[in-house]
Amino acid sequence: MRYIDEFRDPALTEALLQRIAQLMLLMPERQQLPLQIMEVCGGHTHAIFKFGLDRLLPDNLEFIHGPGCPVCVLPMGRIDSCLEIAAHPEVIFCTYGDAMRVRGRHGSLLDARRQGADIRVVYSPLDALQLAADNPQREVVFFGLGFETTMPASALTLQQARRRSLTNFSLFCQHITLIPTLRSLLQQPDVRIDGFLAPGHVSMVIGNAPYGFIAENYHKPLVVTGFEPLDILQGLLMLLEQLHAGRSAVENQYRRIVPEQGNRLAQQALAEVFCLKASSEWRGLGEIAHSGVQLTPGYAEFDAERRFHPQAQQVADDPRSRCGEVLTGRCKPDACPLFGKQCTPSNAFGALMVSSEGACAAYYQYRRETA
Amino acid sequence: MCLGVPGKVISVGEDLHQLATVDVCGVSLRVNIALVCEDSPQALIGQWVLVHVGFAMSLLDEQEALEMLAALEQLRAVGLERPMPEGKDALH
Ligand code: SF4
Repeated sequence: MRYIDEFRDPALTEALLQRIAQLMLLMPERQQLPLQIMEVCGGHTHAIFKFGLDRLLPDNLEFIHGPGCPVCVLPMGRIDSCLEIAAHPEVIFCTYGDAMRVRGRHGSLLDARRQGADIRVVYSPLDALQLAADNPQREVVFFGLGFETTMPASALTLQQARRRSLTNFSLFCQHITLIPTLRSLLQQPDVRIDGFLAPGHVSMVIGNAPYGFIAENYHKPLVVTGFEPLDILQGLLMLLEQLHAGRSAVENQYRRIVPEQGNRLAQQALAEVFCLKASSEWRGLGEIAHSGVQLTPGYAEFDAERRFHPQAQQVADDPRSRCGEVLTGRCKPDACPLFGKQCTPSNAFGALMVSSEGACAAYYQYRRETA
Repeated sequence: MCLGVPGKVISVGEDLHQLATVDVCGVSLRVNIALVCEDSPQALIGQWVLVHVGFAMSLLDEQEALEMLAALEQLRAVGLERPMPEGKDALH
């Protein structure tokens, strides 16, 4: 049993869709003002488009594609810093493939590799660590990108670097954390969100408790949800049941993977290796306090920024792009004047077009014919 | 980049720092198990785990998976007895 096919069963999908349609009819006030449900995670966005779930749902139910794709919120300035570090002749710069095509002011990592920089795509930070072991005369830098899902992998890799005394390995840290960003979204007056599908794989690390304030203080229901079609529809149904009953609670649809408390071992590793930064920049959203992490003093020796001192970068987003508004649900991708023109997946202008988990790329790939 | 895939632990090393072999859809992956190993690595053999960027991130709780599917079956059975609201065909 792989628990993939089971969660794609067509008969069960249809039963869920029927139940969702029935519940929506029980909320007639929603005919005028559609329900807006934010799926926070890019993995959900991708699945919703790939399986065409949004098209199967009643018209008065809209998905808002949230900021939970780490590639999409990667600021240009950080890419410029990656390029600056990768330009050192002794450096082997390693990254997840997702970041290769994000453009900074001076092009992307892919462009830099074409021009001769030693930049390698790895599947795991452990592969980068192995490169450091195999190339003691080189400096191996791993670009640590992502939310709490990828953070433990970076933390454990640094613990191993220390255990194996690999001093030619370092981390360029771009790990960010979702909760402060959700909080800042909820504080913006013109953002209307009725409920959240919360990211299953962030949650398997942090657990359900950190979302409590959304239900308690903001009275929005939230359901931690998996990534197969049945998961997403069931998560949605659980949200609608809460909304219909006038409740707001944190519920967990993805219990097969997400324990209530998250992963204690991962949390311990994170606490040892990372601490909160005062503020971090998000592309399209600006600076958000306590939304990113840096290495703790105990691991500072593995900090690539200390080792290579890239210049601090602040690059303003192009005023024509509407990435920030798409990220906060204020407009749909095809409302951006650059969509499908200056900005396409093969020549992405904004970061939401780069990653297949970005709302604009998903729209382009699956919705262009109707856009 | 935040998606994991379920796989079954086939073999483990002596201690938790050694990579385990996990079968993911018929492909053998070398995977770090330190984040899911509370006691001996051997106890993990045969278990399902969620694999993400070279790490087993969570143990898959088969009981929970089966209960969820059973709840959906129940919903389907009830739905079959109940006609759809007028003018609404869920699939169109
Ligand atoms: S089309 Fe491109 S520039 Fe416009 S919002 Fe989407 S990613 Fe940003």
